[in-house]
Amino acid sequence: MEQSLPNQAVAARAVLPVTTASRAVARPRAPRNWRGLGISAYMLVLMLPVYWLVNMSFKSNQEITSGLTFWPHQPVLDHYRYIFSDPAWYGGFLNSFSYVAINTVISVSIALPAAYAFNRYRFLGDKHLFFWLLSNLMAPPAIYAMPFFNLYAAVGLFDTVWAVALAHCLFNVPLAVWILEGFIAGVPREIDETAAIDGYSLPRFFVKIFIPLIANGIGVTAFFCFMFSWVEQLLATTLTTVNAKPIVSVMTRTYSSAGMDWGLLAAAGVLTMIPGAVVIWFVRNHIAKGFALGRV
Amino acid sequence: MDKPWNNRAWFFVLPVLVVVLFSSLVPMMTVVNYSVQDSMGQNSFFWNGAGWFQNLFDPTTDIGGRFARALVRNVLFSLQVLAIEIPLGIAVALAIPRRGWTVGATLVVIALPMLIPWNVVGTIWQIFARRDIGLLGAALNGLGIPYNDTQDPLSAWSTIVAIDVWHWTPMVALLAYAGLKAIPDAFYQAARIDGARRWSVFANIELPKLRRVLVIAVLLRFMGSFMIYTEPFVVTGGGPGETTSFLSLDLVKIALGQVDLGNGAAYSLVYNVITLTVCWVFYTVMTQLDARKGT
Repeated sequence: MEQSLPNQAVAARAVLPVTTASRAVARPRAPRNWRGLGISAYMLVLMLPVYWLVNMSFKSNQEITSGLTFWPHQPVLDHYRYIFSDPAWYGGFLNSFSYVAINTVISVSIALPAAYAFNRYRFLGDKHLFFWLLSNLMAPPAIYAMPFFNLYAAVGLFDTVWAVALAHCLFNVPLAVWILEGFIAGVPREIDETAAIDGYSLPRFFVKIFIPLIANGIGVTAFFCFMFSWVEQLLATTLTTVNAKPIVSVMTRTYSSAGMDWGLLAAAGVLTMIPGAVVIWFVRNHIAKGFALGRV
Repeated sequence: MDKPWNNRAWFFVLPVLVVVLFSSLVPMMTVVNYSVQDSMGQNSFFWNGAGWFQNLFDPTTDIGGRFARALVRNVLFSLQVLAIEIPLGIAVALAIPRRGWTVGATLVVIALPMLIPWNVVGTIWQIFARRDIGLLGAALNGLGIPYNDTQDPLSAWSTIVAIDVWHWTPMVALLAYAGLKAIPDAFYQAARIDGARRWSVFANIELPKLRRVLVIAVLLRFMGSFMIYTEPFVVTGGGPGETTSFLSLDLVKIALGQVDLGNGAAYSLVYNVITLTVCWVFYTVMTQLDARKGT
């Protein structure tokens, strides 16, 4: 523990001048009320569709189809109660959570050493490899839908949460490498060298010093992996049929021959937004930096 | 800058390579394989050379015509989306508060649309845009605008654009916000001493400093909009007619719907190559410009 202190001090010194300077002076701004008005209007428009969904999820189907009401006149919880009592529905949520969690753990843990290598060393083919990794982000998932189906059926993973978790690695691993590389670039290399002189082996240096230093970066990366795995639908639907059906494809059950079950669909939609909203609250102070892919 | 040369770093990269290769190489080779073969059914394939590609590039054939029209739609869509989202995102970023409790709350609200599963985004808008039970559809029709997102081509197209703007402007805004936060105060002080106006502060300080993040924003938004699938699939299903049938929708229809493997595979490859090429050219040009300016 004590050995790591001087290193953290080095890190702190390297970061400190920038942050204090940027908080010192107020910046010139357009008149305050205009900005406030603008951003409030934007957020209002942004939330309108969401408000409508929430509003609808508390209405009975009879109220939904009989006319426009701006709030539920006879609020009902039937739709939510139905979702939480039907195994197909809450099972969908559990499946989604499982593959998102597996994917996030795999992505972050294998991307971390790779990002370190890309940032700290030069090696045969490093630049090409990095671009190749990124090129996987540019492959439309629609292209992969058909061959993925064949591949995962062939290796016997079809219709398991592992299939979806592995398939999502295709875009989450490159993304994680990209974001982490940016955060690692912000850690001065002197820290690695000091630790080596202090007698740290590489694995011990990683666990004791390096990972705590970029904990924010890891958090932000995990958030992004969570996000892209959680929102993806095409591959998740293609790779599952019964046992591992994710919530996004369970939702298609509301399109039945008897017509749309709008209320149920809306309630399920509201429930899928909650995990994202909760996770985002925890990373809210770092999220902007993560979106800049760690390099700003 | 001078990183040590160390080929043992490959061991660090190996797990990433294995996992990504598993999910990219095998499927990609399958696609390449299908794209040069034809099948008589029963898993018997024979060599078809460039046949599928010739079909695809010939707009007089059925598949070639579909491809060409979908490609035009994709390009138009991406251009429109970029033209709206980038300026709007910058404007939003400039208006995000800098300190106080409102910062966190604003960021959470702005980022929320991105955390919603894509087909739920589609669902939200499907409901929102309905003429009978949706707020948007009912309001527009109440104002006398003949809006109908499932029957009228213009309405359908504008709805998809609106969804993308709603869904992804927040990403541009957050990127630009991060870029703005990274500008040292010395720049603003200098501007104030010079008595610079708000507009010239923006044009001479903020915009040039945002270049890097804006390059990323344009790249990510181009990729995202060019690969759009789920939202139009849920909201319009590609219709009316084929008004909103983008490349990805058409591809899924061919490959999974009609199980037309040869055409689907050729389609996939060309689609992927176009996406890659545009990204690569844009990225290279931007980094070259940066290098020339010495920034």
